[in-house]
Amino acid sequence: MRSSRFDATVLTLGFAFLYIPIIILVVYSFNASKLVTVWGGFSLQWYKTMWSNQGLMDAAWVTARVGVISATIGTVLGTLAALSLVRFARFPGRMLFSGMIYAPLVMPEVITGLSMLLLFVAVGIDRGFWTVIIAHTTFTMCYVAIVVQSRLLTFDQSLEEAALDLGCPPVKTFFKITLPLILPAVIAGWMLAFTLSLDDLVIASFTTGPGATTLPIKIYSQVRLGVTPEINAICTILIGLVTIGVIITSITTKQAEMRRIRDEHVAARGTT
Amino acid sequence: MASVSETHPANKPNPARWLVVAVPYVWLLLFFAAPFLIIFKISLSETAIAMPPYTPLFDGFGAIGDFVSELDFDNYLFLTDDPLYIEAYLSSLRIAVISTFLLLLIGYPMALAMARAPTTLRPTLVMLVILPFWTSFLIRVYAWIGILKPDGLLTLLFQSVGLFGADDQLQVFRTDYAVFIGIVYSYLPFMVLPLYSALEKMDNTLLEAASDLGCPPWKAFWKITFPLSLPGVIAGSMICFIPITGEFVIPDLLGGADTLMIGKTLWTEFFGNRDWPLASAVAVILLIMLVVPIMIFQNQQKKVA
Repeated sequence: MRSSRFDATVLTLGFAFLYIPIIILVVYSFNASKLVTVWGGFSLQWYKTMWSNQGLMDAAWVTARVGVISATIGTVLGTLAALSLVRFARFPGRMLFSGMIYAPLVMPEVITGLSMLLLFVAVGIDRGFWTVIIAHTTFTMCYVAIVVQSRLLTFDQSLEEAALDLGCPPVKTFFKITLPLILPAVIAGWMLAFTLSLDDLVIASFTTGPGATTLPIKIYSQVRLGVTPEINAICTILIGLVTIGVIITSITTKQAEMRRIRDEHVAARGTT
Repeated sequence: MASVSETHPANKPNPARWLVVAVPYVWLLLFFAAPFLIIFKISLSETAIAMPPYTPLFDGFGAIGDFVSELDFDNYLFLTDDPLYIEAYLSSLRIAVISTFLLLLIGYPMALAMARAPTTLRPTLVMLVILPFWTSFLIRVYAWIGILKPDGLLTLLFQSVGLFGADDQLQVFRTDYAVFIGIVYSYLPFMVLPLYSALEKMDNTLLEAASDLGCPPWKAFWKITFPLSLPGVIAGSMICFIPITGEFVIPDLLGGADTLMIGKTLWTEFFGNRDWPLASAVAVILLIMLVVPIMIFQNQQKKVA
């Protein structure tokens, strides 16, 4: 069929466009030569120099901590926000609330970063590690809210209602019924929040202070000085970590989904 | 759904339940809404030599009278006086419009091909679109420097194919073309996914009916497929257009000295010239420019939800 050949061509070209730059980046991290265009043979020397670059390693450690803390707080807040949006049809200022959830998703980072910084200065908080965490939590929670919200919308509320009818207190119902059912979305939300935090240059640049240089800030300042294979090495490691994380999440999500479908089948057969 | 839980006896108004709303609400008011009021106020204040570089603004809420009398539109007058700023705004809009159009042009066929792929293949294709998005944005922009540099990989490729002579070099790096490539590359997943989710939901029997009645495929596309995918087109375009307008990293790393984008201007005013009030004024005007697209985006999202 003509259209299926067209589709295959489009997809091949599209994915080539998306992946070739990343593959080149990874390949050249193993290049013995310092020049991007010259292949000087396989070598791990850039991984060694990267490892002994104290500034880079410190920045990586700061970024990891910022990512874990802000993703965790952001996931809790984002899940609560999703519950509010889906389960509370009316409350004062609901329009404003949903607006504040959607706006950060598209807001240019320079605006978010600058406004956050001005807040911290206005109330006299010293900028540093914790201000970056507050800033990252604020924008990542909105992404988590969207991910969890879409799960809550497709989910069978009769289970929750049954638990409440049988006298289970709402908080217990949440932890026993709701949370296990939305857990794949919550985990995916955490992962998304973590990578967004890991990735952010602009907001972190505005809200950071002395002693809290994150990895993107460090990479950015080195890239401005020129391309070095050391950056390729650290990028390759980041890409590897993220890929492994995504694969693990998708496998566990798929398994949970299959388990859920099987349970529902069993339950359906039991009722008839 | 919500009405069911509201009338449910176990869901009677309960102070603990309100915490579910209150905690994220207060957080967003404090750290998302309040900063906008502050940025607005500072954009109306004067630069001072002291640190932080603006005259103090937050001496209690009682000072509302002072607030009004202190308003100073100098920063805005300065912005409208200097053609450089107006050019930067217009240039950002131009770059955002062109890139969004290019993204649609490349993203639509991809999304359509994904939606027409066998059902078993689709999750893998979606995964392949999402995966680059999980790898750092900065890294992906950086990857293009090595490719586009005058002595980079693309020059080398063209030379080896014979398209370029030995002395020819690709003159794309540090121009607007490099910025377009970088933007299209970075934002492609954001365009493809909303388009795909709109196209995937489409009822194929409509196309079959059209074809049975003798409608040629291209006409069926414009009469049926495209109109039905419009929500995805709008969502994808807004998700790309709004952040691209304020983009900083891509024009800074791939663009030239003459690539004007307002995100870059704001960054320079803030980090280079340390003129915080002017940077705030730049941000406020950018925000005002984006109010309509943001509203369109929000309406679209609410319809989906």
